[in-house]
Amino acid sequence: MLLIPCPWCGNRAESEFRCAGQAKPPRREFVEKSDEAWLEYLYLSENRRGVLEENWCHEKGCGEWFKLRRHTATHEIVDAENDS
Amino acid sequence: MKPQQRYSIFSLIGGAIGNHQDWKQAWRNPEPKTHYDVLIVGGGGHGLASAYYLAKNHGVRNVAVVEKNWIGAGNSGRNTAVVRSNYLRDASIRFFDKSLQLYEGLSQELNYNIMLSQRSEVDVLLTTTSMRNMRRRSLNMNRLGVEFQMLSAAQVRQRIPILAPMEQCRLPILGGSVQERAGIARHDAIVWGYARAADAYGVDIIQNAEVTAIRRGDDGSVSAVETSRGLIGANKIAIATGNENAAMASLVDLRLPLRCFNLQAFVSEPIKPILDVVVNCPDLGVYLSHSDKGELVIGGATDAQQISFRKGGKVYMLEETVAGLLELFPVFRRLKLLRQWGGALEFAQDGSPIVSATPIKGLYISAGWWGGFKAIPAGGLTFAHLIANNDPHPLASAYGMNRFSKLDYLLEGGTTVPTD
Repeated sequence: MLLIPCPWCGNRAESEFRCAGQAKPPRREFVEKSDEAWLEYLYLSENRRGVLEENWCHEKGCGEWFKLRRHTATHEIVDAENDS
Repeated sequence: MKPQQRYSIFSLIGGAIGNHQDWKQAWRNPEPKTHYDVLIVGGGGHGLASAYYLAKNHGVRNVAVVEKNWIGAGNSGRNTAVVRSNYLRDASIRFFDKSLQLYEGLSQELNYNIMLSQRSEVDVLLTTTSMRNMRRRSLNMNRLGVEFQMLSAAQVRQRIPILAPMEQCRLPILGGSVQERAGIARHDAIVWGYARAADAYGVDIIQNAEVTAIRRGDDGSVSAVETSRGLIGANKIAIATGNENAAMASLVDLRLPLRCFNLQAFVSEPIKPILDVVVNCPDLGVYLSHSDKGELVIGGATDAQQISFRKGGKVYMLEETVAGLLELFPVFRRLKLLRQWGGALEFAQDGSPIVSATPIKGLYISAGWWGGFKAIPAGGLTFAHLIANNDPHPLASAYGMNRFSKLDYLLEGGTTVPTD
């Protein structure tokens, strides 16, 4: 099991967390650009081997939302958003 | 064209007399030609079935299937082998039931025993939500003439006597549903059967050739692939690479609305026959069947939302699945698990597959096949039609890759896992 560094609680078991998919720039930036950009925001995720930035929530803990960079093939956590 | 050697009881007896020394190779191992009419990337079930139907239904026989590994090395050889057609939407029901119908005649058609066992799949339902979901499915399926019916709790217990007794249940069994024609088939045999039949039509199956680049001509259409076994030219290129479709598409800077999630399965030690149906419990996120080898084949839910290409599974998902299994079947509590494996499953946003032409001329894609084993015959049939005619097959016309931009979703939730 992965230990995930919650910015509030520190390292906790992965089963306490929920992954909410790829972290994208703010929605506004896509909406205002074009229909294609909006479709990209809605439907296109990075789907590749390598490090991706994702939104995670410490759902069964403190409820904190944070960003996490994780390798999709090894599941190694590169770094997590820090609370400070 | 006929296969080199027809399999039958007589060929088996003949083989036995010859001490099984004289069996011919089931398919050739050819050197790649310089050019093909159609080149299919991916030698899994879908790729090989597509090659077979291209040759059989459309007379396109100058075809190559290029596989980076050995055929069936990917998800075609790693799934839990369940075939069924209990889907929710009209297009999905028609498509997957066609697939099941093709499976029913496949051993005869391919002259290869796919070991189809239509032992029925029983859904054990513990919540009113699941009851309502399955009833909705059954009404829609019956409307389209596909059999799927609801069961009372007593009928569920009659079909699966080893279910936990009522006083041990955390959640009471409210009822169930059953598709009598569902069952399991041998996954390797599907791959090998299609490979052998396609080979007999002259399709070249080129193994250990990894595609590293897709070349395009002056007009932008595809012209060749670079592989680890050299450059191979092609008029049309069809991608059917399981969980590598996004990587393949990125070779031509094409982005696809797909995501890969982790799914795992495991088997128990072999035991005597105890379970004669496929059992699925959406409320506990577990399904299982009893294989011919005696092992229980058990699967669970995916690690949702978490992009993963790891060939493995998470221990806490295994724990959750086993907990669900033991809740339904306390009788299995002393069984040991023998093997566990996992891999990446590819999902489109609405849960339905993509069988589609692409903006690049001559490039086709068959993707998003989570639960793609049961879809192999119809997937191959419709993909071959699309490649040959450049026009979607009526059964797969809802599977275009541009459907998202038109809000033409074909939303299919999981059958095994709870639907949102």
